[in-house]
Amino acid sequence: MMSAVIAAARPQTGLTRGAIVIDDVVKIYDPDGAAVMAVDHCSLEIKAAEICMIVGPSGCGKTTLLNAIAGFHEITSGRILLDGEVLCSSERPKADPGSDRIVVFQNGALFPWKTNLDNVAFGPLMQGKLNKSEATEKARGMMADAGLAGVEHNFPGEVSSGMRRRVEIVRALMNEPKVLLLDEPYRALDSLTKSVMHEALLEIYYKNKVTIFFITHDLEEAIFLGHKVAIMTTRPCKPKKILEVDIPHPRDYSVLTSKHFRELMEETNDAVHEEALKAFAAGEKEG
Amino acid sequence: MATRKNPLLDSVYWRGAISILVFLALWEIGSLSKIWIKWEAFEWLRSILVAFGLKPAYLPWIGAVPAPSEVLEAWGRVLGDPGYWQSWYMSFFRVITGFFAAMLIGIPFGLLLAVSRTAFGMGFPVFEVLRPIPPLAWVPASILFWPTQEMSIAFVTFLGAFYTIVINVVGGARAIDMRYFQAARSMGSSQSDIFWRIILPGTLPSIMVGSAVGMGITWEVVVAAEMISGGGSQIGGTSGGGLGFFIWNSYVGGSYEQIVVGMISIGIAGFISSELLRTLGKRVTPWLRLR
Repeated sequence: MMSAVIAAARPQTGLTRGAIVIDDVVKIYDPDGAAVMAVDHCSLEIKAAEICMIVGPSGCGKTTLLNAIAGFHEITSGRILLDGEVLCSSERPKADPGSDRIVVFQNGALFPWKTNLDNVAFGPLMQGKLNKSEATEKARGMMADAGLAGVEHNFPGEVSSGMRRRVEIVRALMNEPKVLLLDEPYRALDSLTKSVMHEALLEIYYKNKVTIFFITHDLEEAIFLGHKVAIMTTRPCKPKKILEVDIPHPRDYSVLTSKHFRELMEETNDAVHEEALKAFAAGEKEG
Repeated sequence: MATRKNPLLDSVYWRGAISILVFLALWEIGSLSKIWIKWEAFEWLRSILVAFGLKPAYLPWIGAVPAPSEVLEAWGRVLGDPGYWQSWYMSFFRVITGFFAAMLIGIPFGLLLAVSRTAFGMGFPVFEVLRPIPPLAWVPASILFWPTQEMSIAFVTFLGAFYTIVINVVGGARAIDMRYFQAARSMGSSQSDIFWRIILPGTLPSIMVGSAVGMGITWEVVVAAEMISGGGSQIGGTSGGGLGFFIWNSYVGGSYEQIVVGMISIGIAGFISSELLRTLGKRVTPWLRLR
Protein backbone atom coordinates (compact mmCIF):
# COMPACT_ATOMS: atom_id res chain seq x y z
CA MET A 1 0.00 0.00 0.00
CA MET A 2 2.73 2.43 0.90
CA SER A 3 4.32 2.17 -2.52
CA ALA A 4 1.34 3.96 -4.00
CA VAL A 5 2.09 7.02 -1.95
CA ILE A 6 2.07 10.23 -3.87
CA ALA A 7 4.94 12.58 -3.21
CA ALA A 8 4.04 14.91 -0.43
CA ALA A 9 6.15 17.30 1.54
CA ARG A 10 5.14 20.16 3.77
CA PRO A 11 1.71 21.61 3.11
CA GLN A 12 1.99 24.02 0.24
CA THR A 13 1.41 27.64 1.08
CA GLY A 14 -0.65 27.98 -2.09
CA LEU A 15 -3.42 25.80 -0.71
CA THR A 16 -6.18 27.85 0.80
CA ARG A 17 -8.62 25.09 1.71
CA GLY A 18 -8.87 24.36 5.35
CA ALA A 19 -6.71 26.94 7.13
CA ILE A 20 -7.92 27.26 10.72
CA VAL A 21 -7.25 30.16 13.01
CA ILE A 22 -8.14 29.74 16.64
CA ASP A 23 -7.95 33.21 18.08
CA ASP A 24 -7.99 33.79 21.83
CA VAL A 25 -10.78 31.29 22.44
CA VAL A 26 -12.19 30.97 25.94
CA LYS A 27 -14.71 28.38 27.00
CA ILE A 28 -16.26 28.49 30.43
CA TYR A 29 -18.66 25.76 31.42
CA ASP A 30 -21.25 26.96 33.85
CA PRO A 31 -23.25 23.91 34.75
CA ASP A 32 -24.60 24.98 38.14
CA GLY A 33 -23.17 28.35 38.98
CA ALA A 34 -19.67 26.99 39.46
CA ALA A 35 -17.82 28.32 36.44
CA VAL A 36 -15.25 25.89 35.11
CA MET A 37 -12.75 27.18 32.61
CA ALA A 38 -12.15 24.50 30.01
CA VAL A 39 -10.25 26.54 27.43
CA ASP A 40 -8.19 29.56 28.44
CA HIS A 41 -7.32 32.19 25.84
CA CYS A 42 -6.20 29.58 23.39
CA SER A 43 -4.65 30.67 20.10
CA LEU A 44 -3.44 28.31 17.41
CA GLU A 45 -2.95 28.57 13.68
CA ILE A 46 -3.28 25.55 11.44
CA LYS A 47 -2.25 25.88 7.81
CA ALA A 48 -4.30 24.50 4.97
CA ALA A 49 -3.68 20.77 4.46
CA GLU A 50 -1.60 20.58 7.59
CA ILE A 51 -1.79 17.70 10.03
CA CYS A 52 -2.01 19.31 13.42
CA MET A 53 -1.81 16.99 16.37
CA ILE A 54 -3.30 18.16 19.66
CA VAL A 55 -1.68 16.35 22.56
CA GLY A 56 -2.82 16.57 26.13
CA PRO A 57 -3.97 14.44 29.02
CA SER A 58 -7.48 13.06 29.07
CA GLY A 59 -10.06 15.63 30.03
CA CYS A 60 -7.78 18.60 29.41
CA GLY A 61 -10.26 20.42 27.20
CA LYS A 62 -9.04 19.35 23.76
CA THR A 63 -12.39 17.92 22.81
CA THR A 64 -14.07 21.18 23.81
CA LEU A 65 -11.96 22.89 21.18
CA LEU A 66 -12.88 20.29 18.59
CA ASN A 67 -16.57 20.62 19.40
CA ALA A 68 -16.33 24.38 18.95
CA ILE A 69 -14.80 23.98 15.49
CA ALA A 70 -17.35 21.33 14.53
CA GLY A 71 -20.21 23.50 15.73
CA PHE A 72 -21.47 21.15 18.41
CA HIS A 73 -20.76 23.48 21.31
CA GLU A 74 -20.56 27.22 21.96
CA ILE A 75 -17.50 29.20 22.85
CA THR A 76 -17.53 31.89 25.52
CA SER A 77 -15.28 34.40 23.78
CA GLY A 78 -12.65 34.68 21.08
CA ARG A 79 -13.19 33.45 17.54
CA ILE A 80 -12.45 30.61 15.20
CA LEU A 81 -11.88 31.17 11.49
CA LEU A 82 -11.86 28.74 8.62
CA ASP A 83 -10.20 30.09 5.48
CA GLY A 84 -10.69 33.61 6.76
CA GLU A 85 -14.38 33.18 7.45
CA VAL A 86 -15.60 33.45 11.00
CA LEU A 87 -17.09 30.16 12.19
CA CYS A 88 -17.86 31.37 15.65
CA SER A 89 -17.09 34.38 17.80
CA SER A 90 -18.37 36.20 20.87
CA GLU A 91 -21.29 37.49 18.79
CA ARG A 92 -22.17 34.10 17.34
CA PRO A 93 -20.88 31.63 19.90
CA LYS A 94 -21.93 28.45 18.10
CA ALA A 95 -20.79 27.59 14.60
CA ASP A 96 -23.17 25.81 12.25
CA PRO A 97 -22.16 22.19 11.80
CA GLY A 98 -21.22 21.74 8.18
CA SER A 99 -19.90 19.20 5.74
CA ASP A 100 -16.68 21.22 5.39
CA ARG A 101 -15.71 20.05 8.90
CA ILE A 102 -16.36 16.40 9.59
CA VAL A 103 -15.68 14.73 12.91
CA VAL A 104 -14.44 11.19 13.32
CA PHE A 105 -15.56 10.36 16.82
CA GLN A 106 -13.66 8.74 19.63
CA ASN A 107 -15.91 5.71 19.81
CA GLY A 108 -17.01 5.83 16.21
CA ALA A 109 -20.32 7.11 14.94
CA LEU A 110 -21.04 4.93 11.95
CA PHE A 111 -24.77 4.32 11.89
CA PRO A 112 -25.09 0.69 12.98
CA TRP A 113 -28.35 0.27 11.04
CA LYS A 114 -26.77 1.16 7.72
CA THR A 115 -24.35 -0.99 5.77
CA ASN A 116 -20.81 0.33 5.44
CA LEU A 117 -21.58 1.37 1.87
CA ASP A 118 -24.74 3.23 2.86
CA ASN A 119 -22.83 4.91 5.66
CA VAL A 120 -20.17 6.11 3.25
CA ALA A 121 -22.73 7.28 0.71
CA PHE A 122 -24.71 9.16 3.38
CA GLY A 123 -23.12 12.63 3.24
CA PRO A 124 -23.43 13.54 -0.45
CA LEU A 125 -26.98 12.17 -0.45
CA MET A 126 -27.95 14.37 2.47
CA GLN A 127 -26.38 17.41 0.90
CA GLY A 128 -28.17 16.67 -2.36
CA LYS A 129 -24.85 16.76 -4.21
CA LEU A 130 -25.29 13.31 -5.71
CA ASN A 131 -28.24 11.06 -6.35
CA LYS A 132 -28.49 7.61 -4.84
CA SER A 133 -26.71 5.70 -7.62
CA GLU A 134 -23.97 8.31 -8.03
CA ALA A 135 -23.34 8.41 -4.31
CA THR A 136 -23.23 4.62 -4.13
CA GLU A 137 -20.82 4.45 -7.03
CA LYS A 138 -18.52 7.07 -5.54
CA ALA A 139 -18.68 5.39 -2.15
CA ARG A 140 -17.75 2.07 -3.71
CA GLY A 141 -14.77 3.66 -5.44
CA MET A 142 -13.53 5.42 -2.34
CA MET A 143 -13.89 2.31 -0.24
CA ALA A 144 -11.93 0.31 -2.79
CA ASP A 145 -9.18 2.96 -2.74
CA ALA A 146 -8.97 2.69 1.02
CA GLY A 147 -8.64 -1.10 0.93
CA LEU A 148 -12.22 -1.62 2.03
CA ALA A 149 -13.46 -3.60 -0.95
CA GLY A 150 -15.48 -6.58 0.19
CA VAL A 151 -17.07 -5.13 3.30
CA GLU A 152 -19.47 -2.77 1.51
CA HIS A 153 -22.55 -4.80 2.33
CA ASN A 154 -21.57 -5.66 5.86
CA PHE A 155 -22.92 -3.70 8.76
CA PRO A 156 -20.34 -1.78 10.80
CA GLY A 157 -20.87 -4.24 13.65
CA GLU A 158 -19.67 -7.07 11.43
CA VAL A 159 -16.16 -5.75 10.76
CA SER A 160 -13.15 -5.17 13.00
CA SER A 161 -12.79 -1.94 14.91
CA GLY A 162 -9.80 -0.91 12.80
CA MET A 163 -11.87 -1.48 9.68
CA ARG A 164 -14.72 0.57 11.15
CA ARG A 165 -12.42 3.50 11.77
CA ARG A 166 -11.29 3.38 8.19
CA VAL A 167 -14.87 3.27 6.96
CA GLU A 168 -15.65 6.28 9.09
CA ILE A 169 -12.72 8.25 7.73
CA VAL A 170 -13.80 7.39 4.20
CA ARG A 171 -17.33 8.45 5.07
CA ALA A 172 -15.93 11.77 6.26
CA LEU A 173 -13.86 12.24 3.10
CA MET A 174 -16.89 11.57 0.90
CA ASN A 175 -18.11 15.00 1.97
CA GLU A 176 -14.97 16.57 0.51
CA PRO A 177 -14.38 18.42 3.77
CA LYS A 178 -11.79 21.12 4.25
CA VAL A 179 -11.01 19.80 7.69
CA LEU A 180 -11.10 16.38 9.28
CA LEU A 181 -11.56 16.55 13.01
CA LEU A 182 -10.35 13.36 14.64
CA ASP A 183 -11.05 12.85 18.30
CA GLU A 184 -8.71 10.14 19.53
CA PRO A 185 -9.93 7.83 16.80
CA TYR A 186 -7.43 5.08 17.55
CA ARG A 187 -7.69 5.17 21.30
CA ALA A 188 -9.45 1.83 21.59
CA LEU A 189 -7.22 0.00 19.14
CA ASP A 190 -4.31 -2.23 20.06
CA SER A 191 -0.88 -0.96 19.14
CA LEU A 192 -0.42 -3.28 16.16
CA THR A 193 -3.73 -2.26 14.60
CA LYS A 194 -2.87 1.30 15.45
CA SER A 195 0.36 1.20 13.43
CA VAL A 196 -1.55 -0.12 10.43
CA MET A 197 -4.14 2.60 10.87
CA HIS A 198 -1.48 5.31 11.03
CA GLU A 199 -0.01 4.34 7.70
CA ALA A 200 -3.48 4.01 6.22
CA LEU A 201 -4.40 7.46 7.46
CA LEU A 202 -1.26 8.97 5.97
CA GLU A 203 -1.97 7.25 2.69
CA ILE A 204 -5.50 8.63 2.66
CA TYR A 205 -4.09 12.03 3.56
CA TYR A 206 -1.56 12.00 0.72
CA LYS A 207 -4.39 11.34 -1.70
CA ASN A 208 -6.87 13.82 -0.33
CA LYS A 209 -4.86 16.63 1.27
CA VAL A 210 -7.29 17.87 3.84
CA THR A 211 -6.42 19.73 6.98
CA ILE A 212 -6.36 17.31 9.89
CA PHE A 213 -7.07 18.33 13.44
CA PHE A 214 -6.16 15.23 15.38
CA ILE A 215 -6.62 14.87 19.11
CA THR A 216 -4.55 12.29 20.93
CA HIS A 217 -2.76 11.66 24.17
CA ASP A 218 -0.14 9.55 22.52
CA LEU A 219 2.98 11.62 21.87
CA GLU A 220 4.60 9.06 19.62
CA GLU A 221 1.49 8.95 17.44
CA ALA A 222 1.47 12.75 17.38
CA ILE A 223 5.06 13.17 16.20
CA PHE A 224 4.79 10.33 13.72
CA LEU A 225 1.73 11.74 11.99
CA GLY A 226 1.86 15.49 12.47
CA HIS A 227 3.38 18.44 10.70
CA LYS A 228 2.71 20.27 13.88
CA VAL A 229 2.25 19.03 17.41
CA ALA A 230 0.52 21.28 19.91
CA ILE A 231 1.02 20.14 23.48
CA MET A 232 -1.81 21.49 25.56
CA THR A 233 -1.94 22.38 29.20
CA THR A 234 -4.50 20.56 31.28
CA ARG A 235 -7.65 22.39 32.31
CA PRO A 236 -7.87 25.12 31.33
CA CYS A 237 -6.55 24.13 27.94
CA LYS A 238 -4.16 26.20 25.86
CA PRO A 239 -0.99 25.45 23.90
CA LYS A 240 1.96 24.89 26.23
CA LYS A 241 4.45 24.05 23.53
CA ILE A 242 4.17 23.89 19.78
CA LEU A 243 6.52 21.58 17.94
CA GLU A 244 7.08 21.83 14.20
CA VAL A 245 8.00 18.32 13.13
CA ASP A 246 10.63 18.66 10.44
CA ILE A 247 10.60 15.04 9.36
CA PRO A 248 9.64 15.09 5.68
CA HIS A 249 6.47 13.42 4.45
CA PRO A 250 5.75 10.82 3.19
CA ARG A 251 6.69 8.99 6.33
CA ASP A 252 6.61 5.34 7.14
CA TYR A 253 7.23 3.32 10.24
CA SER A 254 11.02 3.38 9.91
CA VAL A 255 10.81 6.98 11.08
CA LEU A 256 9.99 5.77 14.57
CA THR A 257 13.42 4.34 15.13
CA SER A 258 15.33 7.26 13.66
CA LYS A 259 17.58 9.35 15.87
CA HIS A 260 15.81 12.55 14.99
CA PHE A 261 12.44 11.12 15.97
CA ARG A 262 13.87 10.16 19.35
CA GLU A 263 15.27 13.67 19.78
CA LEU A 264 11.88 15.19 19.09
CA MET A 265 10.31 12.80 21.58
CA GLU A 266 12.83 13.83 24.22
CA GLU A 267 12.28 17.47 23.48
CA THR A 268 8.56 17.23 24.16
CA ASN A 269 8.21 14.37 26.57
CA ASP A 270 8.79 16.45 29.67
CA ALA A 271 6.11 18.95 28.73
CA VAL A 272 3.57 16.17 28.19
CA HIS A 273 4.54 14.36 31.35
CA GLU A 274 4.26 17.53 33.40
CA GLU A 275 0.69 18.09 32.22
CA ALA A 276 -0.19 14.45 32.76
CA LEU A 277 0.93 14.75 36.37
CA LYS A 278 -1.16 17.88 36.82
CA ALA A 279 -4.20 16.19 35.33
CA PHE A 280 -3.66 13.18 37.52
CA ALA A 281 -3.36 15.34 40.63
CA ALA A 282 -6.55 17.18 39.66
CA GLY A 283 -8.29 13.85 39.35
CA GLU A 284 -9.66 14.51 35.87
CA LYS A 285 -11.95 11.83 34.62
CA GLU A 286 -11.30 9.97 31.41
CA GLY A 287 -12.67 11.48 28.23
CA MET B 1 -15.89 -29.56 7.32
CA ALA B 2 -18.11 -27.74 4.93
CA THR B 3 -21.19 -29.88 5.45
CA ARG B 4 -23.65 -28.56 7.95
CA LYS B 5 -24.71 -30.74 10.84
CA ASN B 6 -28.23 -32.05 10.61
CA PRO B 7 -30.13 -29.79 13.02
CA LEU B 8 -32.30 -32.72 14.12
CA LEU B 9 -29.19 -34.39 15.49
CA ASP B 10 -28.14 -31.26 17.31
CA SER B 11 -28.06 -31.73 21.08
CA VAL B 12 -30.25 -28.66 21.56
CA TYR B 13 -33.11 -30.42 19.81
CA TRP B 14 -32.97 -33.77 21.49
CA ARG B 15 -32.50 -32.14 24.86
CA GLY B 16 -35.65 -30.13 24.16
CA ALA B 17 -37.51 -33.25 23.08
CA ILE B 18 -36.37 -35.20 26.14
CA SER B 19 -37.36 -32.37 28.47
CA ILE B 20 -40.88 -32.29 27.00
CA LEU B 21 -41.22 -36.09 27.14
CA VAL B 22 -40.04 -36.22 30.75
CA PHE B 23 -42.44 -33.43 31.63
CA LEU B 24 -45.36 -35.29 30.03
CA ALA B 25 -44.37 -38.58 31.67
CA LEU B 26 -44.18 -37.04 35.15
CA TRP B 27 -47.50 -35.31 34.54
CA GLU B 28 -49.12 -38.59 33.46
CA ILE B 29 -47.72 -40.44 36.46
CA GLY B 30 -48.82 -37.65 38.79
CA SER B 31 -52.33 -37.58 37.35
CA LEU B 32 -52.65 -41.30 37.63
CA SER B 33 -51.84 -41.06 41.33
CA LYS B 34 -55.55 -41.49 42.04
CA ILE B 35 -55.05 -45.08 40.87
CA TRP B 36 -51.64 -46.09 42.14
CA ILE B 37 -51.84 -44.33 45.47
CA LYS B 38 -54.32 -47.00 46.57
CA TRP B 39 -51.70 -49.68 46.07
CA GLU B 40 -50.26 -51.45 49.06
CA ALA B 41 -46.75 -50.20 48.37
CA PHE B 42 -47.76 -46.53 48.82
CA GLU B 43 -49.17 -46.86 52.29
CA TRP B 44 -46.34 -44.58 53.54
CA LEU B 45 -47.24 -41.86 51.02
CA ARG B 46 -50.88 -41.90 52.07
CA SER B 47 -49.86 -41.50 55.70
CA ILE B 48 -47.64 -38.53 54.80
CA LEU B 49 -50.54 -36.87 52.96
CA VAL B 50 -52.84 -37.46 55.89
CA ALA B 51 -50.19 -36.07 58.24
CA PHE B 52 -50.24 -32.83 56.19
CA GLY B 53 -54.02 -32.72 56.34
CA LEU B 54 -54.42 -33.63 52.66
CA LYS B 55 -56.68 -36.14 50.97
CA PRO B 56 -54.99 -39.52 50.73
CA ALA B 57 -56.96 -40.22 47.51
CA TYR B 58 -54.42 -38.62 45.15
CA LEU B 59 -51.25 -36.49 45.08
CA PRO B 60 -52.01 -32.83 45.83
CA TRP B 61 -52.57 -30.56 42.82
CA ILE B 62 -51.16 -32.80 40.12
CA GLY B 63 -53.52 -35.63 41.06
CA ALA B 64 -56.47 -33.33 40.45
CA VAL B 65 -55.20 -32.33 36.99
CA PRO B 66 -56.40 -34.39 34.04
CA ALA B 67 -53.70 -36.66 32.67
CA PRO B 68 -52.04 -35.76 29.35
CA SER B 69 -53.58 -38.84 27.76
CA GLU B 70 -57.05 -37.62 28.76
CA VAL B 71 -56.24 -34.11 27.58
CA LEU B 72 -55.05 -35.47 24.26
CA GLU B 73 -58.24 -37.42 23.90
CA ALA B 74 -60.36 -34.35 24.69
CA TRP B 75 -58.27 -32.38 22.23
CA GLY B 76 -58.97 -34.94 19.56
CA ARG B 77 -62.68 -34.43 20.15
CA VAL B 78 -62.60 -30.60 19.96
CA LEU B 79 -60.40 -30.59 16.87
CA GLY B 80 -63.49 -31.46 14.87
CA ASP B 81 -65.56 -28.82 16.63
CA PRO B 82 -65.85 -25.61 14.58
CA GLY B 83 -66.47 -23.71 17.82
CA TYR B 84 -62.94 -24.51 18.99
CA TRP B 85 -61.44 -23.11 15.83
CA GLN B 86 -63.77 -20.16 16.01
CA SER B 87 -62.30 -19.50 19.45
CA TRP B 88 -58.80 -19.56 18.02
CA TYR B 89 -59.87 -17.18 15.32
CA MET B 90 -61.63 -14.81 17.72
CA SER B 91 -58.74 -14.61 20.16
CA PHE B 92 -56.19 -14.14 17.41
CA PHE B 93 -58.37 -11.55 15.76
CA ARG B 94 -58.71 -9.60 19.02
CA VAL B 95 -55.00 -9.84 19.84
CA ILE B 96 -54.01 -8.71 16.38
CA THR B 97 -56.53 -5.86 16.31
CA GLY B 98 -55.53 -4.61 19.74
CA PHE B 99 -51.85 -5.13 19.13
CA PHE B 100 -51.73 -3.38 15.79
CA ALA B 101 -53.82 -0.52 17.08
CA ALA B 102 -51.31 -0.22 19.93
CA MET B 103 -48.40 -0.17 17.46
CA LEU B 104 -50.16 2.24 15.13
CA ILE B 105 -50.90 4.73 17.89
CA GLY B 106 -48.14 3.89 20.35
CA ILE B 107 -45.12 4.20 18.05
CA PRO B 108 -45.93 7.69 16.68
CA PHE B 109 -47.06 8.82 20.13
CA GLY B 110 -43.85 7.56 21.72
CA LEU B 111 -41.72 9.17 19.04
CA LEU B 112 -43.58 12.44 19.48
CA LEU B 113 -42.94 12.37 23.22
CA ALA B 114 -39.29 11.62 22.55
CA VAL B 115 -38.63 14.40 20.03
CA SER B 116 -40.78 17.21 21.37
CA ARG B 117 -40.26 18.71 24.79
CA THR B 118 -43.66 20.35 24.61
CA ALA B 119 -45.41 17.11 23.77
CA PHE B 120 -43.50 15.35 26.50
CA GLY B 121 -44.35 18.00 29.08
CA MET B 122 -48.03 17.89 28.18
CA GLY B 123 -48.52 14.23 27.37
CA PHE B 124 -46.26 12.31 29.70
CA PRO B 125 -47.84 13.18 33.09
CA VAL B 126 -51.27 12.02 31.90
CA PHE B 127 -49.71 8.93 30.39
CA GLU B 128 -47.87 8.13 33.59
CA VAL B 129 -51.03 8.43 35.67
CA LEU B 130 -53.01 6.16 33.35
CA ARG B 131 -50.22 3.64 32.88
CA PRO B 132 -50.32 1.97 36.30
CA ILE B 133 -54.04 1.20 35.87
CA PRO B 134 -54.12 -2.47 34.90
CA PRO B 135 -55.89 -3.03 31.57
CA LEU B 136 -58.38 -5.33 33.31
CA ALA B 137 -59.45 -2.49 35.58
CA TRP B 138 -60.68 -0.87 32.39
CA VAL B 139 -63.10 -3.68 31.61
CA PRO B 140 -66.25 -2.26 33.24
CA ALA B 141 -65.56 1.28 32.00
CA SER B 142 -64.73 -0.08 28.60
CA ILE B 143 -68.03 -1.95 28.40
CA LEU B 144 -69.80 1.30 29.22
CA PHE B 145 -67.75 3.42 26.79
CA TRP B 146 -67.90 1.28 23.70
CA PRO B 147 -71.03 0.41 21.78
CA THR B 148 -70.24 -3.27 21.23
CA GLN B 149 -68.68 -5.83 23.49
CA GLU B 150 -66.25 -6.69 20.73
CA MET B 151 -64.93 -3.14 20.76
CA SER B 152 -64.61 -3.21 24.54
CA ILE B 153 -62.46 -6.32 24.37
CA ALA B 154 -60.35 -4.85 21.57
CA PHE B 155 -59.87 -1.68 23.58
CA VAL B 156 -58.71 -3.49 26.70
CA THR B 157 -56.38 -5.60 24.58
CA PHE B 158 -55.04 -2.44 22.99
CA LEU B 159 -54.25 -0.96 26.39
CA GLY B 160 -52.29 -4.07 27.30
CA ALA B 161 -49.75 -3.45 24.57
CA PHE B 162 -49.99 0.33 24.28
CA TYR B 163 -48.19 1.40 27.45
CA THR B 164 -45.31 -1.00 27.01
CA ILE B 165 -44.78 0.05 23.42
CA VAL B 166 -44.87 3.76 24.25
CA ILE B 167 -42.48 3.44 27.20
CA ASN B 168 -40.02 1.47 25.09
CA VAL B 169 -40.22 3.86 22.16
CA VAL B 170 -39.60 6.90 24.36
CA GLY B 171 -36.72 5.19 26.17
CA GLY B 172 -35.23 3.84 22.95
CA ALA B 173 -35.38 7.14 21.11
CA ARG B 174 -33.81 8.99 24.01
CA ALA B 175 -31.00 6.48 24.34
CA ILE B 176 -29.78 7.09 20.79
CA ASP B 177 -26.18 8.24 21.00
CA MET B 178 -25.66 11.99 20.61
CA ARG B 179 -22.82 11.30 18.18
CA TYR B 180 -25.23 9.98 15.55
CA PHE B 181 -27.13 13.25 15.60
CA GLN B 182 -23.93 15.28 15.47
CA ALA B 183 -22.56 13.22 12.60
CA ALA B 184 -25.83 13.48 10.68
CA ARG B 185 -26.02 17.23 11.23
CA SER B 186 -22.42 17.70 10.08
CA MET B 187 -23.17 15.80 6.91
CA GLY B 188 -26.03 18.13 6.10
CA SER B 189 -29.09 16.17 7.26
CA SER B 190 -32.31 18.12 7.61
CA GLN B 191 -34.64 17.71 10.58
CA SER B 192 -36.80 15.26 8.65
CA ASP B 193 -33.72 13.31 7.48
CA ILE B 194 -32.69 13.02 11.11
CA PHE B 195 -36.11 11.73 12.05
CA TRP B 196 -36.40 9.16 9.27
CA ARG B 197 -32.77 8.08 9.06
CA ILE B 198 -31.55 8.35 12.64
CA ILE B 199 -34.36 8.44 15.17
CA LEU B 200 -36.60 5.86 13.54
CA PRO B 201 -33.98 3.18 12.80
CA GLY B 202 -32.26 3.95 16.09
CA THR B 203 -35.50 3.29 17.93
CA LEU B 204 -36.46 0.14 16.01
CA PRO B 205 -34.71 -2.30 18.36
CA SER B 206 -36.62 -0.82 21.31
CA ILE B 207 -39.85 -0.88 19.31
CA MET B 208 -39.34 -4.59 18.75
CA VAL B 209 -38.60 -5.22 22.43
CA GLY B 210 -41.66 -3.23 23.46
CA SER B 211 -43.77 -5.13 20.94
CA ALA B 212 -42.59 -8.52 22.15
CA VAL B 213 -43.43 -7.67 25.76
CA GLY B 214 -46.66 -5.99 24.65
CA MET B 215 -47.69 -9.07 22.69
CA GLY B 216 -47.36 -11.20 25.81
CA ILE B 217 -49.49 -8.80 27.83
CA THR B 218 -52.04 -8.73 25.00
CA TRP B 219 -52.59 -12.48 25.35
CA GLU B 220 -52.94 -12.21 29.11
CA VAL B 221 -55.47 -9.45 28.75
CA VAL B 222 -57.53 -10.94 25.95
CA VAL B 223 -58.04 -14.21 27.80
CA ALA B 224 -59.13 -12.46 30.98
CA ALA B 225 -61.40 -10.09 29.06
CA GLU B 226 -63.04 -13.00 27.29
CA MET B 227 -63.68 -14.75 30.58
CA ILE B 228 -65.19 -11.64 32.11
CA SER B 229 -67.31 -10.58 29.18
CA GLY B 230 -68.60 -14.02 28.35
CA GLY B 231 -66.91 -14.26 25.00
CA GLY B 232 -68.34 -11.24 23.26
CA SER B 233 -71.78 -10.54 21.97
CA GLN B 234 -71.54 -11.68 18.38
CA ILE B 235 -70.86 -15.28 19.11
CA GLY B 236 -73.61 -17.79 19.52
CA GLY B 237 -73.12 -21.33 20.73
CA THR B 238 -71.11 -22.56 23.63
CA SER B 239 -67.47 -22.41 22.68
CA GLY B 240 -66.97 -19.84 19.94
CA GLY B 241 -66.11 -16.82 22.08
CA GLY B 242 -62.35 -16.97 22.15
CA LEU B 243 -59.89 -19.23 23.92
CA GLY B 244 -60.41 -17.47 27.25
CA PHE B 245 -64.12 -18.09 26.97
CA PHE B 246 -63.43 -21.64 25.83
CA ILE B 247 -61.58 -22.27 29.11
CA TRP B 248 -64.23 -20.60 31.19
CA ASN B 249 -66.99 -22.47 29.42
CA SER B 250 -65.20 -25.77 29.96
CA TYR B 251 -64.86 -24.95 33.63
CA VAL B 252 -68.55 -24.10 33.96
CA GLY B 253 -69.45 -27.24 32.03
CA GLY B 254 -67.21 -29.35 34.24
CA SER B 255 -64.99 -30.55 31.38
CA TYR B 256 -61.62 -30.38 33.09
CA GLU B 257 -59.69 -31.92 30.23
CA GLN B 258 -60.92 -29.12 28.00
CA ILE B 259 -59.65 -26.50 30.43
CA VAL B 260 -56.16 -27.88 29.90
CA VAL B 261 -56.75 -28.06 26.14
CA GLY B 262 -57.63 -24.36 26.24
CA MET B 263 -54.59 -23.51 28.31
CA ILE B 264 -52.21 -25.32 26.02
CA SER B 265 -53.92 -23.78 23.01
CA ILE B 266 -53.18 -20.34 24.42
CA GLY B 267 -49.58 -21.38 25.03
CA ILE B 268 -49.28 -22.42 21.41
CA ALA B 269 -51.05 -19.29 20.17
CA GLY B 270 -48.74 -17.08 22.22
CA PHE B 271 -45.71 -18.95 20.95
CA ILE B 272 -46.85 -18.51 17.34
CA SER B 273 -47.37 -14.78 17.89
CA SER B 274 -43.94 -14.36 19.48
CA GLU B 275 -42.29 -16.32 16.67
CA LEU B 276 -44.00 -14.19 14.04
CA LEU B 277 -42.90 -11.07 15.84
CA ARG B 278 -39.33 -12.34 16.18
CA THR B 279 -39.23 -13.09 12.47
CA LEU B 280 -40.51 -9.62 11.71
CA GLY B 281 -37.99 -8.15 14.17
CA LYS B 282 -35.06 -9.91 12.50
CA ARG B 283 -36.25 -8.62 9.17
CA VAL B 284 -36.50 -4.97 10.19
CA THR B 285 -33.35 -4.87 12.33
CA PRO B 286 -30.90 -6.95 10.29
CA TRP B 287 -27.89 -5.25 11.89
CA LEU B 288 -28.70 -6.87 15.24
CA ARG B 289 -28.48 -10.37 13.84
CA LEU B 290 -24.73 -10.38 14.30
CA ARG B 291 -24.86 -9.97 18.05
